[in-house]
Amino acid sequence: MIPVRRLLGSIRARILLQLFLGAAVLSLIVFLVFRDYARDLAAQSQDNILAASVTSILDATSIRNGRLNVDIPYSAFSMLGNVSEDRVFYAIRGNDVFLTGYENLSFERVEPGEAAQFLTSTFDGAEVRIALAARSFSLDGEPIVVEAIVAQTREGLQSTLNGISRTVALFGVGFFVLVAALGFVTTQTSLRPLRTLAGSVSRRGPSDLRPVQGIVPGEMTPLVQALNGFILRLKASLSRSEDLIAEAAHRVRTPLATVRAQAEMVLLRVEKPQTRKDLREMIQAIDESSRAAGQLLDHAMVTFRAEHLQDELVDFGKLIPETVNRLQPTADLRDIEINLTQCGSDLLGRGDAILVQSAVLNILDNAIKYAPRESTIEVAVSKKENDALAEVRVLDEGGGFPIDAEAKLLADRFVRGSNTDGVIGSGLGLTIASEVAKAHGGSLVLENIDGGGACAKLYFALD
Amino acid sequence: MRKALLCLGLMMLALVLPAHALEIEDRKLFAGAQATATLRVISTGDVELFAPLIEAFIASNPSVAVEYTTVGSSDLMQAVLDGSERFDVALSSAMDLQTKLVNDGFARTHRSPQTAALPPWARWRDQLFAFTQEPAAIILSKSAFEGAGLPRTRRELIEIVRADPDRFSGRIGTYDIRSSGLGFLFATQEARSADIFWRFSEVMGNLDVQLYCCSSQMINDVANGTLAVAYNVLGSYAAGRQEASAYTILYPEDFTLVMQRTALIPADALQPEIAGRFVDALVARRGAGELNSTDTEDRWFSDIQPGYRRIPVGPGLLVYLDKLKRRNFLDEWTSAVVKP
Repeated sequence: MIPVRRLLGSIRARILLQLFLGAAVLSLIVFLVFRDYARDLAAQSQDNILAASVTSILDATSIRNGRLNVDIPYSAFSMLGNVSEDRVFYAIRGNDVFLTGYENLSFERVEPGEAAQFLTSTFDGAEVRIALAARSFSLDGEPIVVEAIVAQTREGLQSTLNGISRTVALFGVGFFVLVAALGFVTTQTSLRPLRTLAGSVSRRGPSDLRPVQGIVPGEMTPLVQALNGFILRLKASLSRSEDLIAEAAHRVRTPLATVRAQAEMVLLRVEKPQTRKDLREMIQAIDESSRAAGQLLDHAMVTFRAEHLQDELVDFGKLIPETVNRLQPTADLRDIEINLTQCGSDLLGRGDAILVQSAVLNILDNAIKYAPRESTIEVAVSKKENDALAEVRVLDEGGGFPIDAEAKLLADRFVRGSNTDGVIGSGLGLTIASEVAKAHGGSLVLENIDGGGACAKLYFALD
Repeated sequence: MRKALLCLGLMMLALVLPAHALEIEDRKLFAGAQATATLRVISTGDVELFAPLIEAFIASNPSVAVEYTTVGSSDLMQAVLDGSERFDVALSSAMDLQTKLVNDGFARTHRSPQTAALPPWARWRDQLFAFTQEPAAIILSKSAFEGAGLPRTRRELIEIVRADPDRFSGRIGTYDIRSSGLGFLFATQEARSADIFWRFSEVMGNLDVQLYCCSSQMINDVANGTLAVAYNVLGSYAAGRQEASAYTILYPEDFTLVMQRTALIPADALQPEIAGRFVDALVARRGAGELNSTDTEDRWFSDIQPGYRRIPVGPGLLVYLDKLKRRNFLDEWTSAVVKP
């Protein structure tokens, strides 16, 4: 596999990183906003109660019997106790003179009549929130300004705020986890079609040039279209070159036949031994070329027919004996006997009879070529794999395949065994047989027999 | 070692004693044989009331001796405020003064499983802990009410005493709230609760009310027939008496105030850790029975019947300690009760 340069890293990692960062920032913002909001709200409620307390004290202040009467209502402080267990301090002044409460609790004077004012300060070593308000009274015709100050420590507020902060922080973390999980799932889901597509393309066989089908998201349609366009062009280019090869083989075969005929005629006429020997070598070379051209044509035919496989009934029980019969004359030339055994009936499959015949012909042809003279070739047709496959087994008494490892390679195009010197061959025969078997849902298996001889087994799917 | 410590303690005591004018009513040392540390308790309650509890405490803490000092509630507050004599635990029935001490930062925070188990109204700032519930009662002499029928509410009581001024004149007793902290607490809380307080004060004033400093004397006088009515007395004090058959303890049905005795650990306590254990032992009782009884039944909640009004711990109690508020209240009370 050619390594792909990763310019930008993984899309998933990038999306995840962005989502996580976004979620973190968002969570932080949520935390800060909520916390500040809650803080303001809590502080506001303390201020409201302090203001109510100050107001109730001023409301209960009056001039009675020519005297200023300050009568703090019980509720002025008990209402503060209802909210928290904070300490309460207060002071009341008349015309800047301390009247009652905590004398040290002294602040700048507020103007009477205004709404309560608030400030935060420290008193007796604790942080306090203070409400101040003033009201003016008239005593013997003289104005008297009464100032009420109520302070409350903020421990309760602080603990409330800590509680709120904890809750909000927990909420923020939860929010982050949720968004992150969602982001993770989304990324996985959105990238799945891409992985599926890559998987389906990489799982394809070498000759599978069908367009990519399957449903993909809109964003991936251009990619799939481009891929399909590319496959189409590749296919066209491949078929063009195969056409070219077939055409070339066809065109070469006729002149070769002419040259061979001429050479034979010349052979009849000449008597010089050296020349006769040269001519024979020439004829053999011409035979080899001619055979190669024929096999190339055969292969082109097989490739074409396998791609456009016909769906007709193939009766292996009839087809194989016919094929054996066709090669009988060739075998007779070398005094080779072909023994055909057939087990089981109803050897019916679907496909292209011409292709099946071509495959069996190639195997048998090989066997005849490589078997010694006056030997026997065993051909057996039988059912295998619970009647799912038809097996055509061809056994010869030749030298066998060089080694088992090589036997696997032999089905590749133009690969010939290392022990084929002196025998005419192109290396396409086994390829053709293998491709036909595959097109018919089967395979070609090559083995050596202990004690000499080769065994080629062709499998075809049965109905 | 222990003797040496004790000697040292006594010497220190001798040194500090002249420096302040703490009016000690009673002082008792509870000590086991192995005591190495002394817990100094200052309290407004009689030593007899707390003795069983203290003895139980030193039984389970044999290394601790408890010195129990009885003072008046104002003296107790003063002692904690000026700190010239340092105490480790302050127990008082004057809830308002205790609250003031806590509010002004003279108490130490103490948290434990026992204090955490207290209901919110029995605990303030983790510094003040209520450990009893003591209702304020009206003690009625049985002989004095013969033929008149026993009242069940304040209104009925007013009607009865008004109907027969000769019988009740000079025979109604209550706290002198100018000197009794507990009396002041009951009076202010009652005034806050119902208008009838002032009406009853007027009636008492017209019938030549007798003013007392303490519950026990009032109960004595009811028992011996001097008084017909003792108003706002701690019912628990009256219930335990031998002469209880001479009187009836009335918890008025209109409303009955319930005082909570409270404990705090002064900020300058020398033995805060032992003090914490002592407070835990106090609150763990959760008001079970009378303090000096062995009754361990939990009556903390069941004691609060309908019409009982618990005086809550909290800053509201500071209001009547305000000097102007207090002066106003005492003026009004004096003009109603103490006839010139």
